[in-house]
Amino acid sequence: MPQILVEELSKTYRIAEREPGAMGAVKGLVARRWRTIEALSDVSFQLEQGELVGLIGPNGAGKSTTIKILSGILEPTAGRCEVDGLTPWRQRVRHVARIGVVFGQRSQLWWDLPVIDGFDLLRDIYRVPQADYAATRDELVALLRLGRLLRQPVRQLSLGQRMRCEIAAALLHRPALLFLDEPTIGLDAPSKLAVREFVGRLNREHGVTVILTTHDMHDIEALAERVIVIGGGQIMADGSFDRLRSGVLAERRLFVDFEAEAPTLDWPDVRVIARDGSRLELAFDPARTPAPALIARIVAAHAVDDIHVEEPLIEEVIARFYEQHGAGEA
Amino acid sequence: MSGGASASGPALPRGLSASPANRGSSALTPYLAVFAGRLEVTLQYRAAAFAGFITQCWFGVIRILIFAAFYAGGAAHAPMSLANAVTYTWLGQAFLAFLPWNADPDVAEMVRSGAIAYERLRPVDTYAWWFMRALAWSVARVLPRAALMTLFAAVLLPLVGLGKWGLPPPVSLAAAGWFAASALAMVLLSAAFTLVINIVMAATLTDRGPNTLMAPLVNLLSGAVVPLAFFPDVARPWLRAQPFAGLVDIPFSIYFGGISGWGAAGGVALQLGWTVALVLFGRAWLERVMRRLVVQGG
Amino acid sequence: MNALALYGRYAATSVRAQFSYAGMLTMMSLGQFLVTVIEFLGVWALFHRFDHILGWRLGDVALFYGLVAVTFSIGDMITRGFDVFGSVFVRTGAFDRLLLRPRSLALQLFGYELRLTRVGRFAQGAGVFAYGAWATHFAFTPAAVAILAFAVAGGVALFSGLFIMQATLSFWTVESLEAVNIFTYGGEAAAQYPMNVYAGWFRNLLTFVVPVGAVTYLPMLAAMGRPDPLGAPGWVLPLAPLAGFAFLAVALFIWRFGVRHYTSTGS
Repeated sequence: MPQILVEELSKTYRIAEREPGAMGAVKGLVARRWRTIEALSDVSFQLEQGELVGLIGPNGAGKSTTIKILSGILEPTAGRCEVDGLTPWRQRVRHVARIGVVFGQRSQLWWDLPVIDGFDLLRDIYRVPQADYAATRDELVALLRLGRLLRQPVRQLSLGQRMRCEIAAALLHRPALLFLDEPTIGLDAPSKLAVREFVGRLNREHGVTVILTTHDMHDIEALAERVIVIGGGQIMADGSFDRLRSGVLAERRLFVDFEAEAPTLDWPDVRVIARDGSRLELAFDPARTPAPALIARIVAAHAVDDIHVEEPLIEEVIARFYEQHGAGEA
Repeated sequence: MSGGASASGPALPRGLSASPANRGSSALTPYLAVFAGRLEVTLQYRAAAFAGFITQCWFGVIRILIFAAFYAGGAAHAPMSLANAVTYTWLGQAFLAFLPWNADPDVAEMVRSGAIAYERLRPVDTYAWWFMRALAWSVARVLPRAALMTLFAAVLLPLVGLGKWGLPPPVSLAAAGWFAASALAMVLLSAAFTLVINIVMAATLTDRGPNTLMAPLVNLLSGAVVPLAFFPDVARPWLRAQPFAGLVDIPFSIYFGGISGWGAAGGVALQLGWTVALVLFGRAWLERVMRRLVVQGG
Repeated sequence: MNALALYGRYAATSVRAQFSYAGMLTMMSLGQFLVTVIEFLGVWALFHRFDHILGWRLGDVALFYGLVAVTFSIGDMITRGFDVFGSVFVRTGAFDRLLLRPRSLALQLFGYELRLTRVGRFAQGAGVFAYGAWATHFAFTPAAVAILAFAVAGGVALFSGLFIMQATLSFWTVESLEAVNIFTYGGEAAAQYPMNVYAGWFRNLLTFVVPVGAVTYLPMLAAMGRPDPLGAPGWVLPLAPLAGFAFLAVALFIWRFGVRHYTSTGS
């Protein structure tokens, strides 16, 4: 029995269109013109307990609409959605008691209160028994290294510190399902790593189901084996990230630094991407030509200083994927 | 809502270049530009203006009903007729937005966000800049409400036969003239007061406290709560002379003839005199505050 | 933790937060106090000139004035969350976070802030009422006290309901919210004087539609032991505050409708 069941979910908005100016305002009072926006059409997928899924897609594609419906704060126009047997928007209180949500740019903690006071208040809001709360809190404080932050008012914390507190706050009631909406946005490198490491551990060791929305593809790379790509209100892909990557850009990059000026390379299984003095950037398909074989050929033919192999930039892969599926920014 | 000016300089109106031919006229243009800009932006809040008009009509009605009930018991000691009290009430509601209760919200926002010191980045006189903006803000809020209220109280009410509860025209041509002058003075005085509140805010770097203390003073001493003439006669000369009287009591008394002739001239002079005093005081104080901010960091 | 206890927690938290700005708190409460004292000075000035209004003297009016000031200040104190709902919650999307908590939205909004500065108005209202009680030799019989307490409760329910309606309105518009002041601040202003001084249509609006008169004027008459000059039956007077509770129920019903609208159209 899947934990999350989404079937043919659709969401249509009607926006009133109004002409600008005074006449437009008057006309708007009498006869309104409506524009229909299909934010989601026939979206279906399932998640099992304990999965860690990345939800990606171009801006305006329907990601946040999906998250809002799954969390229960938005009603769909059509379709079915069940989380642990509950319909989120219909059984709001029971549903939200079992989920945790972290918004990357908005803190749920009280701005003027010390962090620990905010945690205590959440305990009361979520009706967590004191013993359970104390154990969970202490564990989270240790894992996220919040010890020194607890007595400080939230407004005095840096963004990275706030995010770690945010994540702890969302987990105090031990939800079985965690939504992360852009959790690493604006964070410095060490904080990003800390967040990724924590989320990965949470999922692996405690079996918490995680749905991660992000534009930072390194988050996805680090955490999500499965990605769901939403574009134009529809699911464009649902499967392993590696398969998506190889489906889009089944090639790797080879950087060669020659001893002299870079030669012209006219081989059929290799594509020259860039030339810069003595350096060449090449693209090749590892399925056709394994890297060692290619490297051997180059070294045999020319004097080479240095060689290294790279995957293409994740952002490139994703951008190309969006392009291929005709889903640019809405 | 900053009249189009960014932190890097004032917004010059389109078509103005720094050529020598234009340089003479460019002295005033930033200030006129920011006035026009803020006026335009604030005038766009049509729904708010309409809601304000409805609210103010309602409060006017309450006041008038209370006056009527009082007068019904005998007007022997009343310092003005019921009709004049009604006139005063309608005028008070129409021009309500000129009462300097709060600091300019833009300045409050600057204090909140800590951006006050950036005002010094503009090559303009900060006091004059703020003054023009406060002026635009209050004028833009009053114009639509006053227009609607006049339509309601001076046109609609007489039309449905309730003329004696409406707003009559000024009692004489002379009164109308003096009223116009006094109203202009009122607007300037109001802006000068608003600037004082702005400066208090900038000086204390908090956006809440100062707001609440100005309102009671303004309400009572301007005659907004009750026309000053109703207060005991002993207090009259003091009440008439203090700066707040020019915000409500002086212009409206001129309108219905409570003050006239030399009295009206004196009233306008008083308004302007206090305005100048507040402006000079405000300028000096703002200079000190700004210098301290630049040194200490806002 | 049940709802009432949680509200207690919210209130305690809010109070603590406000005390961290102690200087500001005092200044604002003082300001509040002054605003309202000055307002009453205006009333006093009018009575100084006119002596009475439709037979009511300053002491009588002070009772009505004090009662509504106390009532309104309590209502104003507990409904800050609804008062700023449009700008703080709807416009910023912070309302979503409230939806994500397993608690009633109304409870969370009541718990948003306990506006201590309103103590200034409360103090002034109590002071004016005390003056009125002294001036009219008010008899604090158990019945009178019970009626007054019931009136305050009903009044708090009424004003809370009005602020809840204002918040509901902000799901649709933020600009026009000022109009609700007609009944909140306007209702308070009107109820400062005994309702029979107003014209019929006005009085009826404020007794039957937005029952401000039912939570102030009518029960006050009962507490004073006076019959209604306009002839309402005697038994109605002390029970009239029920209208305030009814109004609150209606307001909460409409509120739910507004929330439904929000969750189906998104922010």
